[in-house]
Amino acid sequence: MSLDMALMLPAIAVLGALGLAMAGMLVWASKAFYVPTDPLVDALIELMPGANCGACGYPGCADCAEHIVAGDVTPDVCTSCDAETFELIGELLGIDISAAEPTYPVILCQGGTNCKDRYDYIGADTCRAAILLAGTKKACSYGCIGLGDCVRACMFDAIEIADNGLPRIKKYNCKGCGACVTACPQQVLTIAKEHGPVYVVCASHDKGKYVKEVCEFGCIGCGICKKNCPEGAIKLDKALAVIDQEKCTQCGTCIDVCPRNAIVKL
Amino acid sequence: MTDVLMPALMPTENIFPLFVEAMFTKNFLLIMFLGLCSYVGLTTNSDTSKGMSMAVTFVMTMSAILTWPIYYYLLSPASFLGKDLTFLKTICFILVIAAFVQLVEFIIRKFSPPLYRSLGIYLPLISTNCAVLGVVLLNVQEGYTYGASIMYAFGAGLGYSWVMLATAAVREKLIMRGVNLFNGFIGAFFAAMMVALIVVSYFSVVKL
Repeated sequence: MSLDMALMLPAIAVLGALGLAMAGMLVWASKAFYVPTDPLVDALIELMPGANCGACGYPGCADCAEHIVAGDVTPDVCTSCDAETFELIGELLGIDISAAEPTYPVILCQGGTNCKDRYDYIGADTCRAAILLAGTKKACSYGCIGLGDCVRACMFDAIEIADNGLPRIKKYNCKGCGACVTACPQQVLTIAKEHGPVYVVCASHDKGKYVKEVCEFGCIGCGICKKNCPEGAIKLDKALAVIDQEKCTQCGTCIDVCPRNAIVKL
Repeated sequence: MTDVLMPALMPTENIFPLFVEAMFTKNFLLIMFLGLCSYVGLTTNSDTSKGMSMAVTFVMTMSAILTWPIYYYLLSPASFLGKDLTFLKTICFILVIAAFVQLVEFIIRKFSPPLYRSLGIYLPLISTNCAVLGVVLLNVQEGYTYGASIMYAFGAGLGYSWVMLATAAVREKLIMRGVNLFNGFIGAFFAAMMVALIVVSYFSVVKL
């Protein structure tokens, strides 16, 4: 192709004009629609864990950082930061932060392989799918299904399904964000303080005879704990012992007397 | 050059068949194989494919609106310059689309942070997506009128969207179920092949 000056000049002119026009428009737009960002927020986002777990109540770490800098919340809403990170954040913001007491999820079920199966389940490996099929494969309709929705919900690799068919918390990794608690369709997970109170680790409201038949550890609602509790802190709710945590003095009497080993102190 | 005459602004014939053609019988993903990188990359999750579909539909329609006047009033021999600069169409279209996408990003970042978080991250990805460029180049190649080209681009965007969402629905569930065949690139193309087979055979029987 030979050089055609009659075409080249208009081509350069058109492309140049178009490019200049677009560049000018973008320069104007970047000024007109400039969104000021606080350098402090950016520095804080760098320090935050970046898991966007949502335990603080904001959609992500970036949102949380904005609210911390704005003074809406204190940094200790973050359950995922460790003490070292809190120190760095405190240094950055010029305030003193004591890390929140670490919390861990508790599994309110001792079923797993101790609880009989009603049928062989062959289907999607999620609890949410399994629960749609005639209750669950477990004979106990309240207990843990063990297909690991909590494992997939965890962003810190802090939960796994152990050999006994139940989730196990790896405390070293756990940040207590509660993502697993939200993910559990059976609601057998709850968040507890590490040196927390005494728990009834069973969720079954089935009659005692049935529980005894299908599960080795389930609460049968016998009421021995209720009779023996010196504080009167235990009630029975449809064949399930419920501990009033405000009255409980953690004396451990109920743990000793429970014939089913269904009460534990964490 | 075939595009010497400027097409009319408003279409004189029914443009609905054109819309259906862009959406189904000449679907950009399944029949024309344009925009496959985003198709393979983003269909593992229905949330991301939803955001991408919205962004692509929007950008396709807006680029058709922008590039048609530039082509016929600046580049074509029928323009006021009177020179045949149509060989500049690709670079000009890329320039205009990229600048426009950048502008939209500025605007939604300023006025709608929630929309920016859900849509904004996809916008830079598609500023020069081949499907977007394909639509505007086809518009001028086929000599569509202004109204018809906008309709064609909108249909192409919707066609892209439904294939993205359909494939994401299939892939997401198969991945959850643990069917390893559908993980990765091989799985994406296998899924695409099956959806394409359905579309091709359906529209070879049902004539529109």
